Amino acid sequence: MIASHLPVLQVILPLIAAPVMVLARRGAIAWLLALIVSWAGLFISVALLARVADGSVISYAIGNWPPPWGIEYRIDRVNAFLLTLVSLIAAVVVVYSRLSVAAEVPREQQYLFYALYSLCLAGLLGITSTGDAFNLFVFLEISSLSSYVLIALGRDRRALVAAYQYLIMGTIGATFIVIGVGLLYLMTGTLNMADMAVRLRGVSEVRPVLAALAFLTVGICLKLALFPLHLWLPNAYAYAPSAVTALLAATATKVSVYVLLRFYYSVFGESVVFSALPMGQVLLVLSLAAAFVASTVAIFQHDLKRMFAYSSVAQIGYITLGLSFDSATGLTAGIVHLFNHALTKGALFMLLGGIALRLGGVRFEHIGGIARVMPLTSFGIVLGGLSLIGVPATVGFISKWNLILAALESGAWWIAFAIVLSSLLAVVYVWRFVEAAYFREPGAAVAKIKEAPLEMLIPAWLMIAACIYFGLDTTLTVGSAAQAAATLLQGTR
Amino acid sequence: MTPATTILLALAVPLAGAVLIAAAHRAPNVRETITMITAGLLFLLVVSLTPLVLAGERPAVTLFEIMPGLALRFEVEPLGMLFGLIASGLWIVNSLYSIGYMRGNDEQHQTRFYVCFAGALASAIGIAFAGNLLTLFVCYEALTLITYPLVTHAGTDEARRSGRVYLGLLVGTSMVFLLVAIIWTWHLTGTIDFKPGGMFHGKAGNATLGALLALYVFGIGKAALMPFHRWLPAAMVAPVPVSALLHAVAVVKAGVFSVVKVVVYVFGVTEIAGLASVQWLPFVAGVTIIAASIVALRSDNLKRRLAYSTVSQLSYVILAVALLTPLSVIGAALHIVTHALGKITLFFAAGAIYTAAHKTEVSQLAGIGRRMPWTMSAFAVGALSLIGVPPAAGFVSKWFIMSGAAEGGHFVALAVLIASTLLNAAYFLPIVHAAFFRKPDEDDGARVHGEAPWPMVVAVILTAGATVAMFFFSELPLQLGRQLVATRL
Repeated sequence: MIASHLPVLQVILPLIAAPVMVLARRGAIAWLLALIVSWAGLFISVALLARVADGSVISYAIGNWPPPWGIEYRIDRVNAFLLTLVSLIAAVVVVYSRLSVAAEVPREQQYLFYALYSLCLAGLLGITSTGDAFNLFVFLEISSLSSYVLIALGRDRRALVAAYQYLIMGTIGATFIVIGVGLLYLMTGTLNMADMAVRLRGVSEVRPVLAALAFLTVGICLKLALFPLHLWLPNAYAYAPSAVTALLAATATKVSVYVLLRFYYSVFGESVVFSALPMGQVLLVLSLAAAFVASTVAIFQHDLKRMFAYSSVAQIGYITLGLSFDSATGLTAGIVHLFNHALTKGALFMLLGGIALRLGGVRFEHIGGIARVMPLTSFGIVLGGLSLIGVPATVGFISKWNLILAALESGAWWIAFAIVLSSLLAVVYVWRFVEAAYFREPGAAVAKIKEAPLEMLIPAWLMIAACIYFGLDTTLTVGSAAQAAATLLQGTR
Repeated sequence: MTPATTILLALAVPLAGAVLIAAAHRAPNVRETITMITAGLLFLLVVSLTPLVLAGERPAVTLFEIMPGLALRFEVEPLGMLFGLIASGLWIVNSLYSIGYMRGNDEQHQTRFYVCFAGALASAIGIAFAGNLLTLFVCYEALTLITYPLVTHAGTDEARRSGRVYLGLLVGTSMVFLLVAIIWTWHLTGTIDFKPGGMFHGKAGNATLGALLALYVFGIGKAALMPFHRWLPAAMVAPVPVSALLHAVAVVKAGVFSVVKVVVYVFGVTEIAGLASVQWLPFVAGVTIIAASIVALRSDNLKRRLAYSTVSQLSYVILAVALLTPLSVIGAALHIVTHALGKITLFFAAGAIYTAAHKTEVSQLAGIGRRMPWTMSAFAVGALSLIGVPPAAGFVSKWFIMSGAAEGGHFVALAVLIASTLLNAAYFLPIVHAAFFRKPDEDDGARVHGEAPWPMVVAVILTAGATVAMFFFSELPLQLGRQLVATRL
């Protein structure tokens, strides 16, 4: 009986938990609740993933109002994979967050932190599971608004400015999205995405629909921080509390990529997106620019969190690069990199949180010789860095392999070289950490500190271990990504 | 024990050794004993595979599929057998030498040194036994990364800078050229498994094959083909045992081994022998041979001279295989072995001189032969082998390479080999001459020293002995070399 409600339950749980936390006003209770709902979410998503693995689609009508009139939740292989990723990251980060939040967020605000964390999670899961364009927008706003506040909770006073910056950019993005959805509603008279797709057939190349596509693309690309719409991201990641950075870096932009995929393949259809408008070329150029420019900027950062934030912009470029090929391999590469990069960046930001906890900051000039006193944290960052570079036996390699293969399949061998050349830039910025951590003598501040607490190290190292495991056994990741890609490509034929 | 188990054990033993070495970091004697036992065990395991390979078997084991069709797979063929034997055999001698060197020079972080060394050997064996391009690539990159802490062992600014060059060139070439080449091969042929006779069989045109060959040989930066050779002299900042085993044997030989393997098992010698687009390779190798020899001639630092000599000798192997004749391919395989023996002897001697006399420059070595007769005699043997004078092993491989060049009518290659022989003599013989026949400098009398610690002397005598023995007993490598050529067709 409860099993039939699973698609909505994972969203409802954190959504209800948030006000309960506010009523309870206790940080510890709030953390416990967040722990329970995020782990429950993980189990639900895995159950959903297992149920749709055969290619079936679960359609859930909220309040028993049948679609297209009511709001429909629609789970297929694409979003089940995303749900698993988001809830997995959220579940690991919540374990990690207790000590990190205790150190970085004032005591009286901690219950608010977890309430917002749950709301953000509810928003992200809602975006991913819904089949209704307007409902998607609502959840997008829930997750965005809560993340603005989460970022503003950072210790550094610049966090407030960063959050404000993100608020402005995010609102512009949301406005573009709602205009796009509005235009589509105008043309089709429906908000159900599957229904929209049916009604768009034949009239898809009229101007309002193309305008809707353009609005949606710009709006979503703002949220997913595609170069040059990424300006909000580095500050937001750098000044947010460590746990928030880990959560957002691993999930928020990835969910936005999913939204883009959903609109492109399941609403508009690839012929509109890639033939009527040159979205493939636009994405290709911007993605390569992201990979080169953001990686280069990352090299010159003084703060590790900012450095890895710019690296995120570059890595998002690889994801969208995969999409730009509009082929099964390219789509697989994009989706698998989405998963792989979430693991890698999540782990890296969690480990940086450990340094921030002990040292108070992660600026390059302060972390000299940190490998002596925090060997596990430092080595974890090195492994995560190797994954960013794409060294074999890490998930980064799997992404790169598929991406290069997709480039060669598309006949553009120069893109293959662009991919590998830009990944060399990652060697440079990762090695800046190696040289600082392993070759410099520890200063007075570093010499006093000790290794990060196990409660933070274990979740972070679990993710690092996952980076290695999924670099060797890809049946789950590449397998699911390939299935998701197939489902997306089917949707349009 | 099945051959598959032996292969897996050969990979697992050094890794297990690394773990045990790390665990024994408080007890240096136990730690070094573990290193020696691990090295001995590994060698026995590799040796136990030899009769099978000689009998024509190709023991193989597939671990798991990383991606559909892309498995981690090991398969022992004659060339890998040869490389595995030389790398694991010399590890034993090198470990003995390391004990003397690391203790004699009071080096820091000795545990990290031995751990990384064991890891490097595991990677080298992985490269030797790799059954497909992906496995080769994985182990190749692992070898680069695990040797980085060895190269930067000193932790000084110079070590850090050299580490940058080392990593930048090796990772850069392998990521940009080699990886693209492998994925391109997979895209064209749908297979990455090494196959005698090659993989392409008409699936790629003349120009594509030429481009792919360039991507492979320059992508395998460990082969130190110019202009991507600078990492090797940079790596000389490492302790001598690292230069000796890794940068004269395991790492650089992994490079030329991979080049030979790719030419024989990816392209197929007969397949590309007539192609116009691959005829540039002997010339690039020839230029590297001559240019590196000239740099060696002009280097006063002994290790730097040896490093450039290595760059030059590595291109012998590339030149040999690029000639694409059966005799020269045998020569390439043999040269991997003979140069390894000769060059490790020279490095051992250089390290012994540094440890006993604290001398690093060629110009300081006048008269040192009287104080260190064993070391310098061994040095002379190694030098003769590199020049190619009988009765040292270098003569055998040079003979085959030159016969191959003559057979293929490649007279430019012959000229390069002869010129290089003269250059080799020009930069090695003056050292030997000065050591034995010149009087020590006036201001040199202050420091009285004898030979280096005994483990180092024993090691250098062993390798010098092996260099001579290989001249008389070259049956095993020859057989393996012949098999390599036989399986090609």
